Amino acid sequence: MTPAFTIDVAALDIAYREVQREVHPDRFATASDAEKRLAAQWATQANGAYRTLKSPLNRGRYLLQLSGIDTEEERNTAMPLEFLVQQMEWREAVVEAKAAKDDAKLAQLATDQRSEEKQLFAKLAEQLASKVSMPGARETVRKLRFLEKLGEEIDIAAEEIES
Amino acid sequence: MALLQIAEPGESTAPHQHRLAVGIDLGTTNSLVATVKSGVAEVLLNHDGNKLTPSVVRYFADGRCEVGAKPKAEQADDPANTIVSVKRFMGRGMADVAKYGTLPYKFVDAPGMVKIETVAGVKSPVDVSAEILKVLRVHGEDALAGELVGAVITVPAYFDDAQRQATKDAARLAGINVLRLLNEPTAAAIAYGLDNASEGTFAVFDLGGGTFDISILRLTRGIFEVLATNGDSALGGDDFDQAIAAHWRRLHGLVGADQKDMRRLLMAARAVKEQLTTTEEAATEIHLSYGQTLKVKLGRAEFHSLTSHLVDRTLLPVKKALRDAKLGIDDIAGVVMVGGATRMTHVQSAVNAFFARPLLNNVDPDKVVALGAAIQANVLAGNKTGEDMLLLDVIPLSLGLETMGGLVEKVIPRNSTIPVARAQEFTTFKDGQTAMVIHVVQGERELVKDCRSLARFTLRDIPPMVAGAARIRVAFQVDADGMVSVSAQELVSGVMAQIDVKPSYGLTDAEIASMLQASFTHAGADAEARVLAEARTDASRLIEAASAAMRIDPELLTVDESVAITDGILALGRVSEAADPRAIKAAIERLSTATESFAAKRMDKSVSAALTGKSLAELR
Repeated sequence: MTPAFTIDVAALDIAYREVQREVHPDRFATASDAEKRLAAQWATQANGAYRTLKSPLNRGRYLLQLSGIDTEEERNTAMPLEFLVQQMEWREAVVEAKAAKDDAKLAQLATDQRSEEKQLFAKLAEQLASKVSMPGARETVRKLRFLEKLGEEIDIAAEEIES
Repeated sequence: MALLQIAEPGESTAPHQHRLAVGIDLGTTNSLVATVKSGVAEVLLNHDGNKLTPSVVRYFADGRCEVGAKPKAEQADDPANTIVSVKRFMGRGMADVAKYGTLPYKFVDAPGMVKIETVAGVKSPVDVSAEILKVLRVHGEDALAGELVGAVITVPAYFDDAQRQATKDAARLAGINVLRLLNEPTAAAIAYGLDNASEGTFAVFDLGGGTFDISILRLTRGIFEVLATNGDSALGGDDFDQAIAAHWRRLHGLVGADQKDMRRLLMAARAVKEQLTTTEEAATEIHLSYGQTLKVKLGRAEFHSLTSHLVDRTLLPVKKALRDAKLGIDDIAGVVMVGGATRMTHVQSAVNAFFARPLLNNVDPDKVVALGAAIQANVLAGNKTGEDMLLLDVIPLSLGLETMGGLVEKVIPRNSTIPVARAQEFTTFKDGQTAMVIHVVQGERELVKDCRSLARFTLRDIPPMVAGAARIRVAFQVDADGMVSVSAQELVSGVMAQIDVKPSYGLTDAEIASMLQASFTHAGADAEARVLAEARTDASRLIEAASAAMRIDPELLTVDESVAITDGILALGRVSEAADPRAIKAAIERLSTATESFAAKRMDKSVSAALTGKSLAELR
């Protein structure tokens, strides 16, 4: 496969399974310890690679890393003010919906989160394809990290309302 | 044999001998042992001629114990010394056990896991489970007329690392070589999937006597890929019995019933519960202490309203699993029902209503787990089945580290496919800090106190630096067995510390060995002969595989490798003639090391062949 953001996920699934079929430690049940170790390493690597390539956010990060760009998600918190304000509003809305046990509101927030995420992924695909807008892609990845977190919070809130 | 498998799948090389291996379903209520005979998985009969052995152990004052149907029938005679549902105590502390309500045992608090005081001494849940496993091992060996190479033992998918370790320890105490701990819903999926040649995404709803699991699996051409699992390791059929018994106690004013009467109530409750799966109403008599006879009855509707909260508790994990798998109900092709407790009609209708899908229960829900375990045991013992079966399972609970303020930093998220390895960097908190405690925890909650503590170790000799300057890389590894190991390294200086995660009660190898020695009085000569025979078998397998690999892929060999492997083969052949298992093992290790680079090249070749040799259409 050539490195690209837009990939054939079905082909990735198939390739992953075919590799595991060859290297998984269970295929080496009666093999020597050396081979078992090797198989375990391969299978671990295959799982790691699959995890990276399957998730679009991880894939974006990885492509940036290949171009020598660190996404600096831990350290760099400088984000456009407008974006941060929107995030805060959403977070507050999640907290309020959870407190009010408002399923409908939470479902609406989940829809908003998904549509925003979808737009950002489209933008990221464009930026990564153009090669020149790598710093922009880095910011998009950071924004997507915020949205991923928001999605997790919506899920947790939904679980708490259910239980 | 692996070296050969790569080039010629399906062809067996090793001496044509079937290695005896079994699958064991160590259940809360009943346990089963199964094996694959002539390609077909079947449950083996116990000495009573039954397939199910009740997981009940009674201890006597002379140190003896009984396992199975007899102590189960007599449990009300001696409740304090007759341990039922011991699986619920595996790897559990006093606080966990308290949640199960009043129990007739004298619990003793011990680090990591409770123990039970019996007339035969203090027993840990590991000891009690080992007694059940010993009986199952003997059933297996008698039914197959031979020594077992090993067993696959099933555990609830939602068991944490402490519960898994406890199960593994129990098996070792019972003298069983554990080929793999296999998740129960995954085992069920194997048996079901292979039986029905199913393809697609399935949910396995597994409600047993004491545990509940939900797993979402994708079945593709013999590959069983677990996408997500969730559950409640403290919810099962037992809780329904307790609810009925509590209802009768209130209704009949039996507030101060003694332990024997409590057991009688529970036994009656179970009988009534089972009857209600086929009838609208059930009644029975309970012969209480002091000669009183109590007539009890229960209607289905009443039973359902008494226990609907328990059924509701199963649906939350189901939703979580779907969410983790990023799937909706429409993506699920069918729901496989596993575990005796799924026979309850309100459980079936709740699952049916939730999924709006057919419930698949054409493989006996009591046996399907043992059958799946037997199939996996057959594969792991090295008996080729002809089917290209492979399992890709996940860890059920996230693994992480304690950070400042008692917070958990997750390093490996739940539902990661194993084997998996991940590392994360941490730093020091104080100026001049020279040591760091690495506290490994498991669970989903944000606070350490709400998660399960797995292990703690200290990285020392960090060179003094200002706070935040040290770079400590903590690496987690989970192998295909789901066993965890963690290492920490300070990257500036290179100092390192490592630990295989073992819970605090965990038995050391030496302890297990001495306990085994004590239990096998006739160890000695037999055992030595067995070790020698096994070493010789391993040697001949390796020689055949290495020779075959050299024949198949000579172009991958350098001259040096070719010489080293040939030397290794000859040396191993010579050593195998002599009766020294240690020398054979050493020669095996040497040959195995000599083949390492060759094996790596062959694996590269097979992987690239898998990826490029075929068209996508073929792979689909």
